[in-house]
This record gives sequence, structure tokens and C-alpha cells, in this order.
Amino acid sequence: MSASPIQISYREACRAGIRDALQRDQRVFLMGEDVGRYGGCYGVSKGLLEEFGAERIRDTPLSESGFTGVGIGAAMNGMRPIVEIMTVNFSLLALDQIVNNAATIRHMSGGQFGVPLVIRMATGAGRQLAAQHSHSLEGIYAHIPGLKVLTPATLEDARGMLWTALEDPDPVLIFEHVMLYNMSGSLAADAGPVSIDKAILRREGKDVSLITYGGSLHKAVEAAGQLSQQGIECDVVDLRALRPLDESTILSSVRKTRRAVIIDEGWRTGSISAEISARITENALWSLDAPVARVCSAEVPIPYPRHLEEAALPQTATIVTAARQVLS
Amino acid sequence: MYEFRMPSLGADMEAGMLVEWLKHPGDAVQRGDIVAVVETDKGAIEIEIFVKGTMGKQLVQLGATVPVGTPLALIEGVPEEVARPTRVAAPMAPAVVAQRPQVPHPSPQVEIRASPAARKRAEERGIALSAIKGTGPDGAILLRDVEQAGAAPVHRGLDLGKMRLAIAAAMARSKREIPHYYLATEINMSAAQAWLEMTNALRTPEERLLASVLTLKATALAARKYPVFNGSYDQTTGFVPSDRIHVGVAIAIRGGGLVSPAIHDCDTLALDVLMTKLRDMAARAREGRLRSSELSDATMTVSSLGDRGVESLYGVTYPPQVAIVGFGRPTRRPVAVGDKVEIRPLLTATLGADHRVSDGHSGSLFLREIEARLQEPEKL
Amino acid sequence: MSEPKLHLSRDSLLKLLHQMVRVRRFEEKCDELYQSEKIRGFMHLAIGEEAICTGVMAALSPDDAVVATYREHGHALVRGVPATAIMAEMFGKLEGCSHGRGGSMHLFSAEHRFFGGYAIVGGGLPLAAGLALADRMRGERRVTACFFGEGAAAEGEFHETMNLAVLWNLPVLFVCENNLYAMGTRLELSESEPDIHGKAQSYRMHSEVVDGMDVVATNAAAMRAVTRIRNGGGPSFIECRTYRFRAHSMFDPQLYRTKAEVEEWKKRDPIPRLSGWMDSTGLLRPGDLASIEQSVEAEISDAVAFAEVGRWEPVEQLTKDVYAESAA
Repeated sequence: MSASPIQISYREACRAGIRDALQRDQRVFLMGEDVGRYGGCYGVSKGLLEEFGAERIRDTPLSESGFTGVGIGAAMNGMRPIVEIMTVNFSLLALDQIVNNAATIRHMSGGQFGVPLVIRMATGAGRQLAAQHSHSLEGIYAHIPGLKVLTPATLEDARGMLWTALEDPDPVLIFEHVMLYNMSGSLAADAGPVSIDKAILRREGKDVSLITYGGSLHKAVEAAGQLSQQGIECDVVDLRALRPLDESTILSSVRKTRRAVIIDEGWRTGSISAEISARITENALWSLDAPVARVCSAEVPIPYPRHLEEAALPQTATIVTAARQVLS
Repeated sequence: MYEFRMPSLGADMEAGMLVEWLKHPGDAVQRGDIVAVVETDKGAIEIEIFVKGTMGKQLVQLGATVPVGTPLALIEGVPEEVARPTRVAAPMAPAVVAQRPQVPHPSPQVEIRASPAARKRAEERGIALSAIKGTGPDGAILLRDVEQAGAAPVHRGLDLGKMRLAIAAAMARSKREIPHYYLATEINMSAAQAWLEMTNALRTPEERLLASVLTLKATALAARKYPVFNGSYDQTTGFVPSDRIHVGVAIAIRGGGLVSPAIHDCDTLALDVLMTKLRDMAARAREGRLRSSELSDATMTVSSLGDRGVESLYGVTYPPQVAIVGFGRPTRRPVAVGDKVEIRPLLTATLGADHRVSDGHSGSLFLREIEARLQEPEKL
Repeated sequence: MSEPKLHLSRDSLLKLLHQMVRVRRFEEKCDELYQSEKIRGFMHLAIGEEAICTGVMAALSPDDAVVATYREHGHALVRGVPATAIMAEMFGKLEGCSHGRGGSMHLFSAEHRFFGGYAIVGGGLPLAAGLALADRMRGERRVTACFFGEGAAAEGEFHETMNLAVLWNLPVLFVCENNLYAMGTRLELSESEPDIHGKAQSYRMHSEVVDGMDVVATNAAAMRAVTRIRNGGGPSFIECRTYRFRAHSMFDPQLYRTKAEVEEWKKRDPIPRLSGWMDSTGLLRPGDLASIEQSVEAEISDAVAFAEVGRWEPVEQLTKDVYAESAA
């Protein structure tokens, strides 16, 4: 008998996922800056230190490369670590470990060793944190063979992707958009593991496909609602994973609607939106009735003042405009 | 003889310049001895030898730059199996170079802005993009523009698109304004089929006759006898019979369109000639290479569905024509022969005609004439 | 618990001698094969440094873990990875210890708990710490031996790892092979404090210096350290002062050091040093050395033959072992 749904925030859903994993599997432990005593920079791991102890909830020094490498080694030697890198902005310090070790070891060793590591990072902009604290670099990680990249945008996914990722024998990076932590809603009380390789249609419509992920999903859903009132019906494709990309869902939507607008908070140049656009023209060209459109961040380091930051990022209004344009 | 070769000293070394010999012909050499100095992009490197023997002829001049692997000197007194190892290395697996399929370059065309979906649909429907007005950005042709365009044959030659549109308009008017009547009769095709079989048995495939040639000729000859079905109707002058019989033959083209080009003087042509013309006309119709005279000169029309069709077909006259004869699909059905029921191949022939010009009486005589002709195929 | 007594028996010394000769001749053969283009890419020889891998490896048990660098042929050999598998790997053949995928710089063997050669200086240190963390968390009394050059002391990852290892009391034996040159840069030109073992000490790690040209001294230091670590004494650091007689890698004209310096260090060659000492103490019998050389020659020539007839992996299997499920 399933209990009635609970009211929960995205942050709490992340926490529930971590808690669940720690309880299920003794090999799982959480490691990162301020995850223990501070309760997590975004409050995700609040209370976990008290519950699980310092061996399993490990505060680290400010050594991104060091503790990410430790996570890799621990994963190679039988543990299932969750490394929390406070934000994707700091992950650049650990890029060598992630790209040169985590992504390559299975291949370099001829399949002898795997790295079943999960790295969680906060990502994205919207809090006026300026250029060095506002990156959306998940698309860059999606470039690397050997890694898997997830972008949970819903409560179900925040709650359920972690376990599936921990069970994966290969390194999985989970990107949690900073603007989603406060998002609240209802979640099934028995919500559990979810897939990490499928996109999901959050809305169906025959006129245009809005393809997006992460922090931009809800803007796209809002835009779809507004467009509906203007007589334009949208498919909204929540990618959920950037590597692997669920080509099948993307293409079947675009073949149906014949028009695509990709929304990506990364900068457009060489981004995941460019990759998706390429796949659409490679596989569904003959179905297209309009060029593939993209709504991305403006080509500028994210600025501090609110009006400029807003102008730099994809917004509901710009998504609506782009959709109307492909239908004109 | 052992060949001492220019060694590879690094991943990016492709060649080296020999700048000094440290051993000379006649000198004994041991494994590990430095025998020469090579200048590379990074600097001078001493190179060693891995065999024991005596330095022999030096093959490369000092100052010469040679690729890695080039023999630099011969070493004498080296045991055979060292000089020429018996183990043969496995050949390197050939790299599979992904072959991109050669995409034939499309013939250069005037740039027409159309979406891929629109282009595809236009081709399916046999519509020329040049005939479509685009409503997309900068006048680009979109799918909806193609969907709403009329069907017409495509490609080179006449602008059949426009012509087709005109015909369509006229037909619509015809149906609206012209009082039609319809008659049908079933024709026993036993004699015709038997004759065809016999005749074709003696012919090569290219020379063989189709049943449609028989029905066509029969109709043309019947029209000679009943001229009220062969001519044109004009609003002011009324019906003008034609002294020549140019039968328009309905031909289905790719994409679902239909054209009815005329075979001139159909009643005078021998069956073989008629067959050849029919074949040629069908081919040219599909390629869009019909002549304007073929399209405008028909004095009546025959539409034969053949094997793909249904039993009977009722057409609409093509103004200014006044009659259209239709032949359905031959079917084997039970008929009364005397007092018995037997199976015979039957063909339903229909007539759609302008009631202002003819009536049911003349119509049925016309059809009976066609039927009679088909009982004596050898006289066609 | 007192330190184990050093076994200076004839048998154990002969074993050490044999291993060093093995490594020496293997490296010399690789040199030859590289020059005839059988081995390609980058190759780094440890000629002159044999005492370190030999002395330290003799102090480890099969259950322990080893992390090394790109100059790791000797380490793999002494650890027990068959010469055939190593040579085949150098050739790039399917029968190589990394199935041909890694080459000279990426020797791996799960069977021998040889967790890899790595091409990024300093890149293996956090990983070694991670292996050790897993052992600690699971209560295993295993040691992780991490080999690296003195050049790594300049990398951030070195310092992050020193810090983490002491902070978390990780069972790592850090073995610094100080051969005075990081590629072409002499130690004094890159380190404000050239005393490497002192750096480890500054992190409060137990640290020693040892003559890296003396296999017996190196072995003794390693045994002391390993015992300490296994008994919960925390990480240990041994700086082995040594010298490489050959260039950094194959394509190196050695413009950065004098021939005289090389010749001076060659006088301290660890192999004649041990055999000479054994001879003077009567532990070496006539024919011992010849017998070792003969056996080594046969082993290596066997390894070359094995590599020569080895198979090239079919190109169709190109994308194998990127992820766990992509096994061909």
C-alpha cells in the first residue's frame, strides 16, 4: 500500500537519496568540503554527520584534485564513494583527476579496473554570484568518453538518480542546478531509483519540440504553457542525462513536430546544444520544416548586476520568442 | 649481412642527420657501443649498436639527413639469425577507414528556399518547387505550402503544374455545369484474351501487346461509327464533331497525379504501332516530357485502370470533350452460357458522356459497338 | 613491535640481484626495440634506478597495492607482472597486460594489484591515497605503495595528498625516486626547498632519506616503513636518492646535464654495487652472475618472441572498455 505523496524540496529529495544510499550499502560514503559539520554548502547533507558518523560523512580540506583522486582510488578498491565538489566552478581544479583518471582507467587498463564513483556538483547561475561562481559546464563533461553526466531537474530525479548512479560501474557526474534546491512540490512517498539514460517528455504537443535539461526545464515548461494559450502546442523534452543523450526520444519528438528549440544554460559555442543540433540534422534533416533554434547564455562571463545576469541567461520569454520564430 | 639503420629515438622523430662516425670500417663493435652521432631537432644524440661484429661499408654520407629506418652501415661477421630474425611479425591489422558514401552532387539548380520536409513532400507529389509560393521566412517554402499546392507533374519540359491546375479547374467546372449520364456494360473478353495469348506467344517481350491496346483501338473504331462521342463542345457553337479521332489516354504519374495525353488518329493505327506509341507516351508522361499538342488535342478520353484498379470506373469528361470511356479490371465471373453457368473473363466498360450531346440510346449503341469489336480482336 | 631483522642471506640477496639484472636487461631490450620502431610513443627507462623498485617491492606482500608512474616497467616486472605481458603491452598487442590499450606508460594488472602507470606527474598520488582509504575503511591491513619522482613535489596534488594522508591516517608508503631531474630541469632550479623528505615531514608524516643506489638499504627502509604502516602508524615517506643513467625518455639529447656527471653516478651502479659487495663477503659464487644473466636473457628473448607473435586487436573492437557494458 503506497502512502500519500509527501511535500518535499529538491534539496530534501537529494538528501533523502543520499541517506537511502548510506543506509542500503555500507560501501557508500560522502566526501567533500563542508558536507559534515556545515551540513553542506546548500544544506543538502544537513544532519547526515550526526546520523552516520565522521567515517562516512567526511569533511575534506580545500583540495578538489586531492579528494576527487581519493574518491577515484577508493572506488577502484571496493568502495562506492559520493564525492561532492561544492560547485562545478571548483571542479576545474579536479579536471585532471576526472578526465585523465576517472574517465580513462577502465580503458587504459584494458577493462581490468573500473571507477564506480559518483561526483555531485552544484551548477548554474541566477544568484548574482558573478563570473567565477556561475558556470554551467556540464556540457563540457558530456564531451568525455568514459563519463556519464546527469542533470536531474525534478523531485523524482533528484531523489532517484543517485542510487542508480551509485550502482553504475562507471564514473557518474550529477549536476544539481543551484536555483532548484528551493523548489518544492509533491513526491510519491515510496519514490525510488529512476533511469539515468532516458529523456522524458514533460509535455506533449505537435507544433515544436522544446529540448532542455536542468535549471532550464521549468522555464521551458512555463514557456510551453504560455505558447499553448497562443495556440502553439509544444513537446517539452527533459533530457535528464547529457551523456548518454537519449537520441531516440529527441528524434521522435522532432520528427513529429518538425521544429526544435534547444534550451541550454551553457554558452552556445561548442555546447551540448550544438551537439544536439548536430544530431538532429544528422538524423532527422528530412523532417525539419525550420532551422534548429537554440536559446543559450549570451557569450559573456556571467555578470553580477541582476538585470544583466537575467539578460545573459535563457528565460521563459526568450524561449517563447524562439518558439514563435521557428513557427513563423 | 646486418644492416645498421637510423634508429627511432622518439615519438616525433622522423629523420636524423648523420654528423659523425665514431666507428670506422674495420673497427670491431660490441653490443652497446656508441657508433655514431645523429643531429635531431632536439639536439645531437649518440646512437648505439645492438650487435657484435665488425664495422663494414658505411652507406650514408656525413651531413645527410635520412628517414628513420634507413640503413647507415653494413656490419660484418654478425650471425645469420641475428642479422635476419626468423620470427616474422604479425602484419599490422589494416586500419578500417570509415568510407563515407560518395554523395553524388546534385545538378546545380536555381536556389529555391525550401525546408527539407517541404522538398521531400514536393517530390513525393510530383510538384515543382518553382510552382509553389512560400510563406516561410524570406519566402521559404514550408511543408504547409506544398500541402496546399495543387498536384502536377514535375521536372523538365512543359510546365505541367500549371496545365494540371487548369485542367483541374476545368474538371471541377465540368462536373458542376455539364449534365452527365453514365452507362455500363460487361464485355466478355474470352476471345480477346485468347487472341492476345496466341499472338504474344510468338513475340519477344518488347513486341508483346497489352489488353489496353485492344480496348483503346476498339473504342476509337466505335467512335468512327458514333461521331457524337468524339469532338468538342463549345458554349456558343455547341457540339463540333471532330473528323479525326485523337484518344486521350489517362496515365497515372508518380505522386498520384493523372494526365491524359492524346494519341493522334488512334483509329488508323495498327495495333503494334499503337502499342509502341502507348509505351512511349507512358514513359514520357512519367518524365514530364509530353508535347503540348498531346495535351490539348484529345477529342475523347479512355481511362483504363488495368490490374491495379477496381471493376468499374466512372470518369468525368474533360471539357471540351464530351465523352470518357472507362475500363475496369478484368475479373473471372460466372455467366450464363445457354443453360449452364460458366466462368468467363469479364470487363466492365463504362461511358460518361455530356447529355447535351448524346443520350442513353446512342450511348448504349456505342458501348455495344466496342463490345462487338472486342469479340473479333483479329480485326482490330 | 620491533622491526623485522634484515635478511641478508645469500638467497635473499641473490633474489635482489636477479631482479635488478632482470629490470636492467629488460630496459636495455626495450631501448633496442624502440629504436627499431617495435615500441612506439613515449618510453621512459629506469636504468640506474633498479634498486628502488627491487628493494621496495621485496618489502610488500601480494595483497598490498602498487601505484606507479610512466617509468614503471621495472616496478611491474618486480611486482610479478610477467615479462611477456609487459613486452606485449609495449608492442601494443592484445596479449599485453592492459590488452595493448595503454602501452609503456599505462601498465595495469588487477591480478598483481598493480594499479597502474600514469602519465600525469603527481596524478597517481591522490589515487593511491584513495586506495588506502578504502582499505582503512574496510579494516584491511594492506599497504598502498605509491612511487613517484621528485618532480611531483612541485605539483599541487603532491601537497594535497600529503595533507590528506596524514589527516586521515592513510596506510600509504610514499616512495619518492629522486633522480635529480624532472625531465630536463634539475631539482635546485625548481624547488625552493630541495629536500623532498623534509616536505613530507612538514606535514607531520614519518619520513626518511635513503641511498637509492643501495638495494639493501632501500629494502631495509621499506620494510621498516611497511611494518609501521601495517601496525596503524599512518603514512610513511621514503626519499630514495638515485640517478637515471639514460635520458628522461627516448628522444632526449640530454642537453641539461654533463656526461661527467653521468659517469660519476655510473660508478654507483646498484648492480655491480651489490654483486661486488656479495663477492667481497663471499656470498657470491662463481657462475652465479652468469647463471642469472643466462636466465634473464632467456626470459627476455622469450618475452620479445611472445610480443612479436601477439595479435593486433581488431579495429571493430575500437570502442570497447569505455564503459563497463561496452564489452565486445
